[in-house]
Amino acid sequence: MRVTQGCFSFLPDLTDEQISRQVQYALEKGWAVNIEFTDDPHPRNNLWEMWGLPMFDLRDAAGVMMELNECRKVYGDRYVRMSAFDSSHGWESVRLSFIVNRPKDEPGFRLERHEVAGRNIRYTTIPYAADRPEGARYGGA
Amino acid sequence: MSSPASPAAAPQGADEIPTLDRVDLRREFNEVGIGEVLDQLDRELIGLRPVKTRIREIASLLLIERIRNRMNLTSEVPTLHMSFTGNPGTGKTTVALRIASILHKLGFVRRGQVISVTRDELVGQYIGHTAPKTKEILKKAMGGVLFIDEAYYLHRPDNERDYGQEAIEILLQVMESQREDLVVILAGYGDRMDKFFASNPGFRSRIAHHIDFPDYSDQELLAIAELMLNDMNYKFSTDARQAFTRYIALRKAQPLFSNARSIRNALDRMRLRQASRLVADLDRVLSADDIMSLEASDVLASRVFSK
Repeated sequence: MRVTQGCFSFLPDLTDEQISRQVQYALEKGWAVNIEFTDDPHPRNNLWEMWGLPMFDLRDAAGVMMELNECRKVYGDRYVRMSAFDSSHGWESVRLSFIVNRPKDEPGFRLERHEVAGRNIRYTTIPYAADRPEGARYGGA
Repeated sequence: MSSPASPAAAPQGADEIPTLDRVDLRREFNEVGIGEVLDQLDRELIGLRPVKTRIREIASLLLIERIRNRMNLTSEVPTLHMSFTGNPGTGKTTVALRIASILHKLGFVRRGQVISVTRDELVGQYIGHTAPKTKEILKKAMGGVLFIDEAYYLHRPDNERDYGQEAIEILLQVMESQREDLVVILAGYGDRMDKFFASNPGFRSRIAHHIDFPDYSDQELLAIAELMLNDMNYKFSTDARQAFTRYIALRKAQPLFSNARSIRNALDRMRLRQASRLVADLDRVLSADDIMSLEASDVLASRVFSK
């Protein structure tokens, strides 16, 4: 099941050219671009791990693409996303976020029903991938 | 951004026929606007004949390359990495800034910013510190020009564990693999740069343009002084100009002469002397001309004449 988080996730995967244009847009707006990765695709897992530091003061997307390619070399089997942080007063938050790399095989989520007091039911989603230990979830090392 | 040639322009539908077979060179030249950058270079930089010639050559090559691209005559992106060698104060940094704007106008760098760094900004202090630091600078310079001043400090031959070598390796790798994203300019004093290139042959071969900055002649130094004064809204009186000509000849013979930089410093000291001369007589009513002009006495008070 295809994970749809952030911008553009219902579109076909962006090509590097398209990613680079999006990054350039963010840089021209003065946002700092971050690269983040994870192998836990749960929708409530907001805090992915960062690849290096946020990239402030860049002028051209080529620098970000260089880091993305490095990150893909190491974590090519995980989800990688870019987020663009706007530091200007009043925003101080992420303005744009999109997935740039995903595992070849995305097994999807299991829905668990907990029968609780009365006839109530509580639902929990668990990524099938999360059954395996971190780092080994998508056939990686 | 290179746009693919439109297929509509090739009516024969032939495969090898260029879409564009005539170019009005003058219009092309004007459109890009390098003419005015080159003129500005001639106007604002005095002397430096070999440097200007080389820049003209590079600019012409890039202009032709641009047209070739439009005609679909594919060729590799020309290597634009450069090295500037010359004595102190011969204008290496100034020219680097100009080069960036020329390359930007011609579309060979996308953004046209110049990131000027020295060893400190590239080389770290402990193991594992250098690579991120160098990469950070490289990322900032992407799409523009990376100007490495006194590049020979990157390499410390007396210490083989020096982290400079690591920075050099990363630089070389990016200079080769991302030639279309980044132009690297190395600058430094001639003899030391020669030694640096001798111990890092990889650098020498990856740099296509080695430009040597000659020292300025006395007349050129005087012209530079006048230009600087003009920018600062000062001027020499006739006597002061003569005195300054003598000053240049004397100063050049002294050690640690660094061309235009020494001239700038001398002018700054003359401004001080002029100011204190004017303030010494508080009862005087000054005209704009008095405030603007440097007198012979301001020049002749220099230490250079006392020897």
